[in-house]
Amino acid sequence: MELHAENENKVIIKPPITSIGIIGWMRENLFSTPFNTILTIIIVSVLWISIIPFVKWALINSSWLPDANCRGTGGACWSIISSNYKIILFGFYPQDILWRPVTAIVMLVSLLFISRNRNFWNAFLGYSWLISLMIMGLLLKGGVFGLEPVDIEKWGGIILTLLLSVFGLTAAYPLGIILALGRQSEMPVIKTFCIFYIELIRGVPLISLLFMSSVVFPLFLPEGVSINGILRAQVAIIMFTAAYIAEVVRGGLQGMNKGQFEAADSIGLNYVQTMRLIILPQALKIVIPPSVSVLISAFKDTSLVVIIGLYDLLKTTQTTLSEPKWMGFSAEAYIFIALIYFVCCFFMSTYSRKLEDELNTDLE
Amino acid sequence: MNKETSKKVDISSEDIVIQIVNMHKWFGDFHVLKNINLDVKKRERIVVCGPSGSGKSTLIRCINRLEEHQKGQIIVDGIELTKDLKNIEKVRSEVGMVFQHFNLFPHLTIVENLTIGPIWVRKTPKKEAEEIAMYYLEKVQIAEQAAKFPGQLSGGQQQRVAIARSLCMKPNIMLFDEATSALDPEMVKEVLDVMISLAQDGMTMVVVTHEMGFAKSVAHRVLFMDEGEIIEENSPDEFFNNPQNDRTKLFLSQILY
Repeated sequence: MELHAENENKVIIKPPITSIGIIGWMRENLFSTPFNTILTIIIVSVLWISIIPFVKWALINSSWLPDANCRGTGGACWSIISSNYKIILFGFYPQDILWRPVTAIVMLVSLLFISRNRNFWNAFLGYSWLISLMIMGLLLKGGVFGLEPVDIEKWGGIILTLLLSVFGLTAAYPLGIILALGRQSEMPVIKTFCIFYIELIRGVPLISLLFMSSVVFPLFLPEGVSINGILRAQVAIIMFTAAYIAEVVRGGLQGMNKGQFEAADSIGLNYVQTMRLIILPQALKIVIPPSVSVLISAFKDTSLVVIIGLYDLLKTTQTTLSEPKWMGFSAEAYIFIALIYFVCCFFMSTYSRKLEDELNTDLE
Repeated sequence: MNKETSKKVDISSEDIVIQIVNMHKWFGDFHVLKNINLDVKKRERIVVCGPSGSGKSTLIRCINRLEEHQKGQIIVDGIELTKDLKNIEKVRSEVGMVFQHFNLFPHLTIVENLTIGPIWVRKTPKKEAEEIAMYYLEKVQIAEQAAKFPGQLSGGQQQRVAIARSLCMKPNIMLFDEATSALDPEMVKEVLDVMISLAQDGMTMVVVTHEMGFAKSVAHRVLFMDEGEIIEENSPDEFFNNPQNDRTKLFLSQILY
C-alpha cells in the first residue's frame, strides 16, 4: 500500500533547462570550454566570410538563361550550362535525335536503382539487364528499325563516361577476383602469371596504358584491321582496374579463417563450390569499403581518356570552354561536371554502406 | 546418460572401415606421426588422448585428408587416400568432422549451414535437404534457432549445429577434434550428451578429447599417443585402471585427481 501511494505521489523531475534542447546541445558541443568557444567563433566567422560571397556569386548575381550576357554582372554565368548542355552531356551526338541517348541513360539509371534492392536480385533482373543493354546499344548505335545510324566515334560526353565506367567496373570486378584467386593458386604457372600481371599493371600509370592502347597497340595489328578507339580505351581501363581489385580481394582472402576452408573441405565441397559459396561471399564482404574506393577512383579515372582524344564529359566541357564566347567561365562549367561526378560517386558510396549493413550477420 | 546400455552396443560387424597401415607424416622436417597402425571397425568408438603436440589431432585430420600423409596407407570405407581429388572428395563426404572451433559458416543461417552439403555435394533437392536439416536440428535440440545466424548462438549451441551439419551428410564415420575444448564449462555437457546419443545410435566414431569421463563411458578402445606414436591401446577399463606404459601412467596421474 505504501509503495502504491508513493508511486502516485511521484514527482517527475525534469532535467535542468540548460542541459537539454538547443541551448543544452550548444553548450555541450560548441561552448563547453574556452578553447572550444574560440574554435566555434573562428569557424563560424570563416563560414560567414566565405559562404556569403559564394551565395552572392552563385545565386544572387548569376545569370541562368541561355545566351544571356554574363560579362560584367560579377555573378556566376550558369548560361554556359544552359546554352551548351547538349554538347557537354552528349558530345557530337546528332542533336536532333538526342531522345535516343536520353532514353538509354534513363533505362540505365532505373536499372541501377532497381538493382540497389537485393530482394530483386534474381534471374529475371539478370535478363532485364541483358535485354536492356542490347536495347541501349541499339538506341545509341541505330542502323536498324529505321533508326539513323550514329558512328561510335561520335558518342561523347556523359554517354562515353557512363559507357566506359559501367562496363569498365562490371568487367574489372570479376576479372580482379579471378586474378586474386589465381595469385593464391598452387599451380606455379597460373600463380606466376597473375603476380606478373598484377605487379606490371600496378607499376605503370593508367595514362601510359591508355597511350599504349591508342598508339602502340594498333602498330601490332595486321594491315587493314582496326579496333575502335573507345573499345581499346575500355580494355585498358578494365585491365588497369582489375589489377587493383585483385589486390583488394586478395587482402580479403588472406583475412579468412583457415577453419572455413577446412569446414568446407570436410563436408566434401570442391574448390569452385568452396570459393563460390563459402569463401568469396565472406571475403568480398570484408573488402566492400576498399573495393568501393577502387571503383570510385576508377570511375573518376575514366576522365583520363581525354588525353587520347576521346570526348568524355571532361573533354566536351573543355571544348565548350574553348569557344570565345564562353572563355573565362571555366569555374561554372567545372562545378557543373564536378556535381555530376559527385552524384555518381556518392551513389556508389551510400550503396556500399547499405550493402555492408544488409550483409552484417554478427548482430541481432 | 546410461553408461551400461551404451557400452553394450556390440560391434556387430567385423567390417573394417578405417585402416591405417605404417603411416608416417612430417611437417617439413618434423616427424609428427611415426608408423601409425590402426584398424577401426564399423560401429566402433575410439577415443584418442595424449598430451598436446602428440599428434592426435593430426592423426584424425589425416583420415579425411585435411592433412596429407607422406608414407604408408590410409584406407577409408574401401577407398585409399591418394592425390586423387575425386577419391578425397568422396571420402570427405562419407566422413563427418567436428572441429574445436565449430567452423560454422557465419554468412549463412543455421539451416543454410546444414543444407549446403546435401544440396551441393549430394545434389539433394532443396526442400528435401531442409527436411533433413530440420530432422537433425531436432535431434540436437536446437530446431527453434534454424533461421538465426551462427554469431547469435552460444558456443555450445554452435557446436551442436556443427555436429548436425556433419550428420546431414549421412556420414558412416564421425571424427571429433577436441569438440568440447573451446567451450565454456557449463556448455560441455550439452555437446557431450549429443555425442553420447550419437554413440548409442551406433555411429562409428574417432574422438580426440580430454574428457576422460566420456572416454570411460563411451569408448570401446582408448588410444594413448605421445610424440607421434601410439604408445598404448586398450579397453577403457584396462587403460584407466591398469595402464601398462610409464608415459601413460604419468599422463593419467597428471589429468586424473
